Amino acid sequence: MDDMSENEFMHGRKHDHEEHEDSSRVEDHSEECAPDPTVHEHKLDLAAVRAKLRNHGGKQYWRTLEELSDNPHFEELLHREFPRQASEWDESVDRRDFLKLAAASLAFAGIAGCGNKPEQLIVPYVKQPDGLVLGKPRFYATAMPFGADAIGVLVESHEGRPTHVAGNPDHPSSLGSTDAITQASVLNLYDPDRAQTVTNAGEIRTWQQFLDAAAAAVSRSKTVAGASLRILTGTITSPTLAAQIQSVLKLVPGSKWHQWEPAGSDGPREGARLAFGRYVDTVYRPEKADVILSLDSDFLASGPGHIRYMKEYYRRRKLTSPSDTMNRLYVVEPTPSVTGATADHRLPLRASEVEQFARALAAKLGLGGSGTLEGAAQKWLDAAAADLQKHRGASLVVAGEFQPAEVHAIAHAINASLGNVGTTLNYIDPVEANPVNQLDSFSELCADMDAGKVDTLLIFGSNPVYDAPHNFDFVSKLTALKKSADPNKQERKVGTTIYLSTHFDETAEYCDWHIPESHFLETWGDARAFDGTVSVIQPLIAPLYRTHSAFEVLAAFTDKPGVTAYDAVRDRLKAAGTGDQEKFWRKTLNDGIVANSAYPPISAALKFNPASLPPAKTPSAGQIEFIFRPDSNVYDGRYANNGWLQELARPVTKLVWDNAALVSPKTAENLQLAQRAAARGGEHGQIITNVIDISLSNSQVTAASWIVPGQADGVVVLPLGYGRKNAGFTGSNKGFNAYMVRTSGALWMASAGSDIIKKTGEDYPLACTQYHFQMESRRKILSAGTLEEYRKNPSFAHEGDEQPSKDISLYKEFAYPGYAWGMAIDLNSCNGCNACVIACQSENNIPVVGKDQVMRGREMHWIRIDRYYKVETETGDPGGPDYDALANPETFFQPVPCQQCENAPCEQVCPVGATAHSAEGLNDMVYNRCIGTRYCSNNCPYKVRRFNFLRFQDWETPSLKLIRNPEVTVRSRGVMEKCTYCVQRINNVRIEAEKQNRPIADGEIVTACESACPSEAIVFGNANDKTSRVSKLKAQTRNYAILGELNTRPRTTYQAAVRNPNPELEKA
Amino acid sequence: MAQIFHRSTNFISRFSLFSAVFVAGLALTAILGLARSPYSTNQNISRAQPVQFSHKHHVGDDGIDCRYCHTGVETSAVAGIPPTKTCMNCHSVLYADAPYLEPIRDSYRTDKSIEWVKVHRLPDFVYFNHSIHVNKGVGCSTCHGSINQMPLVFQASPLLMEWCLDCHRNPEKALRPLEPVNEVFNMDWKAPDNQAEIGKQFAAERHIRSTAELTSCSTCHR
Repeated sequence: MDDMSENEFMHGRKHDHEEHEDSSRVEDHSEECAPDPTVHEHKLDLAAVRAKLRNHGGKQYWRTLEELSDNPHFEELLHREFPRQASEWDESVDRRDFLKLAAASLAFAGIAGCGNKPEQLIVPYVKQPDGLVLGKPRFYATAMPFGADAIGVLVESHEGRPTHVAGNPDHPSSLGSTDAITQASVLNLYDPDRAQTVTNAGEIRTWQQFLDAAAAAVSRSKTVAGASLRILTGTITSPTLAAQIQSVLKLVPGSKWHQWEPAGSDGPREGARLAFGRYVDTVYRPEKADVILSLDSDFLASGPGHIRYMKEYYRRRKLTSPSDTMNRLYVVEPTPSVTGATADHRLPLRASEVEQFARALAAKLGLGGSGTLEGAAQKWLDAAAADLQKHRGASLVVAGEFQPAEVHAIAHAINASLGNVGTTLNYIDPVEANPVNQLDSFSELCADMDAGKVDTLLIFGSNPVYDAPHNFDFVSKLTALKKSADPNKQERKVGTTIYLSTHFDETAEYCDWHIPESHFLETWGDARAFDGTVSVIQPLIAPLYRTHSAFEVLAAFTDKPGVTAYDAVRDRLKAAGTGDQEKFWRKTLNDGIVANSAYPPISAALKFNPASLPPAKTPSAGQIEFIFRPDSNVYDGRYANNGWLQELARPVTKLVWDNAALVSPKTAENLQLAQRAAARGGEHGQIITNVIDISLSNSQVTAASWIVPGQADGVVVLPLGYGRKNAGFTGSNKGFNAYMVRTSGALWMASAGSDIIKKTGEDYPLACTQYHFQMESRRKILSAGTLEEYRKNPSFAHEGDEQPSKDISLYKEFAYPGYAWGMAIDLNSCNGCNACVIACQSENNIPVVGKDQVMRGREMHWIRIDRYYKVETETGDPGGPDYDALANPETFFQPVPCQQCENAPCEQVCPVGATAHSAEGLNDMVYNRCIGTRYCSNNCPYKVRRFNFLRFQDWETPSLKLIRNPEVTVRSRGVMEKCTYCVQRINNVRIEAEKQNRPIADGEIVTACESACPSEAIVFGNANDKTSRVSKLKAQTRNYAILGELNTRPRTTYQAAVRNPNPELEKA
Repeated sequence: MAQIFHRSTNFISRFSLFSAVFVAGLALTAILGLARSPYSTNQNISRAQPVQFSHKHHVGDDGIDCRYCHTGVETSAVAGIPPTKTCMNCHSVLYADAPYLEPIRDSYRTDKSIEWVKVHRLPDFVYFNHSIHVNKGVGCSTCHGSINQMPLVFQASPLLMEWCLDCHRNPEKALRPLEPVNEVFNMDWKAPDNQAEIGKQFAAERHIRSTAELTSCSTCHR
């Protein structure tokens, strides 16, 4: 008997019960919010939170605002995390029906179990590919093109099915690690909603018919005057593709290439032109910098090279002893980013004030110009400036992607004056094939479309109907009709529109031709990485559907439509190689990069003086500033249909399946915005927030609000990438569409009076995972200090520890004569970037459960990242009456997988022996024995066990079957699961070692989370081997166990976080 | 007042009480027996295959080594069913026109795989690795029986968990000599009388893991 709600979970995705009508509006959930006796709500009282923080003495860590409000009601909710009945029966089926169904299920299950198993077939190859060993995965180097970067990856292939993406150690932008988006890219390949065939006006067409149409367009452009071909693309770094576009432009008279990338910014490009008179790219070397200042730049988590930067940055934060040194990071930013949240010093400023800060800093450093900030901000600036000056040649100023050109130019000037050029950063020729001001380029296209100068429009790598500035009204440009004398003859201004994309999305609806686009794992190609290195994109699988690459579509417009991307890339690269060309090509394919193809540093002469800048516009104080940011998961909206990314908690807000208008606590109070935590039974994670209407730039959007401690006051963040209408099953009609209020004049920032925000009076439930899996206010969970504290007291992490003696356990002691697997997680290196969570999901076949289930606390991630805010006060009121503990709290991230306790509470309560201790100390989980009592989860103090309440896995959709890792069991309903330390990887490495009769070497087993982590915060190994990396970390004084006082003796231990604040600022 | 029940009912009630225990015991034995019987394990049941391939002929009569076709057995978790190409290596010359080899030729011509019926089926949550067993000296015939005498392959062992554990608890009884002659692929190998002794010696030489390690759940389940 299958579960009733199974239909809901077909395709591993969630059907919304609500009908979504207008994606820009958040639906009316008044019905859901109607009083329900089983729903317990707790209203957040910010004043009470502040009072509590102020009066609390000593260090304190907290995860959610509600935790602090000291409200007995919320504590009651907390204690019901796993109450007497873990979740109450609140479905529509009543008890009698339930018993009937249960009896019937039992009977049917009994009967079904008696029959003979159906026969299974073995389908071998006809001709097995060379080198393939059945049952052994193979790894291929390729690259994921992403904006002005290409991320080098090694893709795991099981008998021709790509299943898992890992970093390519040889690739400069990866160095062996990845990020969440790259990790999740393999799911896009198997997305069942992908467009599968060529269409024209919705009718299926053959590829040949498209080729004919393209040829007709070319000949039209040659005969009809003024009828030109226009190509609109995103940012392109591929030399081959760019050459192809150039050859089309040469062949077709009057043709032009336009570019538009909604989340790519013109700021850095124009900043370089302002500073140097031409476009150059900046390559940072964070490893060489002692002091780094970020001007609203999230350089560790987004933008070209971020994985590499994260790796380099954290190399300077590894501590082995108190005498080690660390770098120091200052961040000025409007809203907490991954980079800013874990910085040593963070100054929340409104986005517009960042430019003032930059000018004032330039003035302070003697570069001319003038400017001061008020009060505490100036003191902060003085300290940062002094620190930068003290580290001339070893400091670095990074300007944010979404800051205007002026800020970038000032950053270039400061870096030059500090002597950083050539040491902590280099300038190179632009990585983009054709760097242009994209807004100008796109405006030009729109104007020409209006003027009827465009005959054929080819669009790829961009989704302008969804993401163009709303004042461009791109839909009307596509559909506008020509003025014609004959009223019966209606002709469009733009003749033919051709659109290449993976999905039949918003733009596809308005275009004549739609060509389904191949995934990067299905095509040949090349792309330049952030430093110019040419990376080869090689396919892992033939296209699943009748899809085509941008190269093939462009070839249709040339005189050589038959040339394949493979030939083009190969010929191009072979020509670049020296010596034996075939050997060179083989090596390039193997490595994934063309050796030594990075751009050499160039010397760029500074032609800019900050003093010469016109005075900055002063932002009016009373106004609200709206800033647009690409979402950390779905980016500009292109990954909206990826369930893994949708269900991945945003690093700082921990929201899933939605975006929200982010406001600071104070702004929320001013706007009278509130949120309340609702819980039903043991089900947490539904936060009901106020819905607001934002009327901005002659348009309006309706959004749910969300309070973010640490955000600058008077700033509302509108994350891009949501509210899509035609993203596919998973991504459509989620959240609100911030593009609706984004105009070309205010791409990143718009300000207006606070009266443009109106509460609609409605409420909307948001799913936030930070309310789940609370370990309650038990003692040692997070440990953090400063470098100074660490030097004074190397064992600061153990202050007030209770160390229970080993013999107080009732259970027998295990001996571990062989390997003892253990994990060390360095909290000093974790910034919550989420790469590990998706790596784990991909490796271990973890299902997606949908928003409704997340709101019940049922997400399945085996590793979660908890976000903690810290407040440290002396008793009394040190900050004065105006001190606001919520304004800029220190933030910490803590990844929590199964702790693999040696004295495991879960093992002792399982009535059926489904979780048992292995000889090497793993808490083995045996799915086939589990009967779903959930006792183990109740007894787990770390709350790391996940239960399949429903059959979350999609067993029907054919394409999703291909993504599964065959090394890991696919779990069904009613089964408990949890982190296994990637036991499949342990076993496979061990088998190889045993075949050679040798011990397993340190570092040979790499868990999926460890492999993905760019900051190398997670280390796995044999704790019995005193020379292993993990043992050395565990031997450090910073090492501590979460809830060590419970005598669970976890194998996963943590190294306390150490921040390196500037003593000057600390004193203040 | 007269007795409601006759005296004889005492016997009936006692008999039913005792026999209930007996009947329950019998039922349990029957169920456990059924679960271990070929009816449920498929042991000793031959299956029709699309091609009348005889291991008896190829292995027993012709003496072809297992590894000629099952190439992955020493390196991979799965031994591997050979591609059609392997059949055609010989049968493009030998019996090239034999009608019963038509499915092979057809597969090779049309590039469509032959669909063999799986004989040895483990549950999906069991991860058996051929290569480690073969490398440590567990012979093919220990689990697969005398393949060289099977015209149609059947499952010679019950493949129950207790059967696996029996060996994981006492691996020495299945370890064969690897030197000077590798006996792993010898279908006719019989354990010598001193197997208990030499098996222990092999286990020590080949670093066979302890019983606790070999019987940990995650050794086979993940």
